[in-house]
Amino acid sequence: MKEIKVLGIGCAKCIKTAELIQAVANNCGIQVHVVKDASPEVILKHGVMSTPAVIVDNQLMHSGSIPDIKKIEKFLN
Amino acid sequence: MLSIFTQLANWLTYSLFSLDSNSRLGQAVHFFIEDTTKIFFLIVLMIYVIALIRASLNIERVRDYLAKNNKFFGYLMGSTFGAITPFCSCSSIPVFLGFTSAGIPVGITMSFLLTSPIINEVAVLMLLGLVGWEITIIYVLVGMSIGIVGGVFLDFIRAEKLLQPFALKAYQAAAFSNAEHIISTKLSFKERHDFAKVELLDILSRIWKWVFIGVGLGAALHGFLPDLWFEENLGHGQWWSVPMAVLAGIPLYSNATGVIPIMESLIVKGLPLGTTLAFCMSTVAASFPEFILLKQVMTWKLLAIIFTLLLLSFTLVGWLLNIIYVV
Repeated sequence: MKEIKVLGIGCAKCIKTAELIQAVANNCGIQVHVVKDASPEVILKHGVMSTPAVIVDNQLMHSGSIPDIKKIEKFLN
Repeated sequence: MLSIFTQLANWLTYSLFSLDSNSRLGQAVHFFIEDTTKIFFLIVLMIYVIALIRASLNIERVRDYLAKNNKFFGYLMGSTFGAITPFCSCSSIPVFLGFTSAGIPVGITMSFLLTSPIINEVAVLMLLGLVGWEITIIYVLVGMSIGIVGGVFLDFIRAEKLLQPFALKAYQAAAFSNAEHIISTKLSFKERHDFAKVELLDILSRIWKWVFIGVGLGAALHGFLPDLWFEENLGHGQWWSVPMAVLAGIPLYSNATGVIPIMESLIVKGLPLGTTLAFCMSTVAASFPEFILLKQVMTWKLLAIIFTLLLLSFTLVGWLLNIIYVV
């Protein structure tokens, strides 16, 4: 199962990003575990400067916006 | 170019609705039509254009630039970047940490973070459209000066000692080289367009109701409050009117869109320029919710210092402008 973290300090875009990733994963039948993380330490550790940012299996895949569906499908596979 | 909106309002108010141009109702309706059409036109056009350009301006580049350059120049650049890089208030923490862990002094980072909300694109566009370019330029220069002076002061008192321990550690280690980098690819026009469209819809969905509320109140003041009412009733530039305006602006946070059309009326009704601009800055930039967020990277003491610094500088600027523009 893929471990997906959405980093961001509780803005509306972060919540939407997490929901969208879950929905895309459900559509594709991929098992994922999506969590939101607002901890400044984690954000610092990944060097993220614009949120929402998406971490898949501990790797930074996207930052600064709600990713589009094609991009999500790409990093889920 | 913007006079087309005056003509549109003339036609709708006086010809179509056949209202009397000397009546209070007629003036209020005219103000409402002219301002709402003008604001929405400016916002839709300019936010889209700005977002197209902004798609390629990323915050990582700003950080790398600031980290490389010398300190005294840094405050000016921090403030300049703050003015031209609009960013969501929820990004202030990642930006703060990113800058700090790149070894950029706290004062320069704060020059960026203080200037950024004061000079945001919506506020500047509305000032430009409603109260004219002279006042807009004064507003921008004052906003940048506050960012620069604030930054210099924070470094002078060694504000980094008042950061949360993990943030201080990151600053001392300047762990810049360890940070992951997203490889930025060149964006196609379609990607820029998509980015700009999302941005525009996001901003519009947040502010449209404040435009109507603000212009509505502004129109009511415009039509029903006699000209120069403030000048006659408050006297010109009473000293306490400025701190009052600053305090009144704090709870109005995030409603800059609603406040600026009211300001337009207030200036016409004789509210002094300094008082009006102090009120505007306080509304746009001094927000409790945003400050509470910064608690995650700073101690209460530093937060209190910065908040006081902002309120004091808005007040000082208000007084200064009232003295200069008294004639």
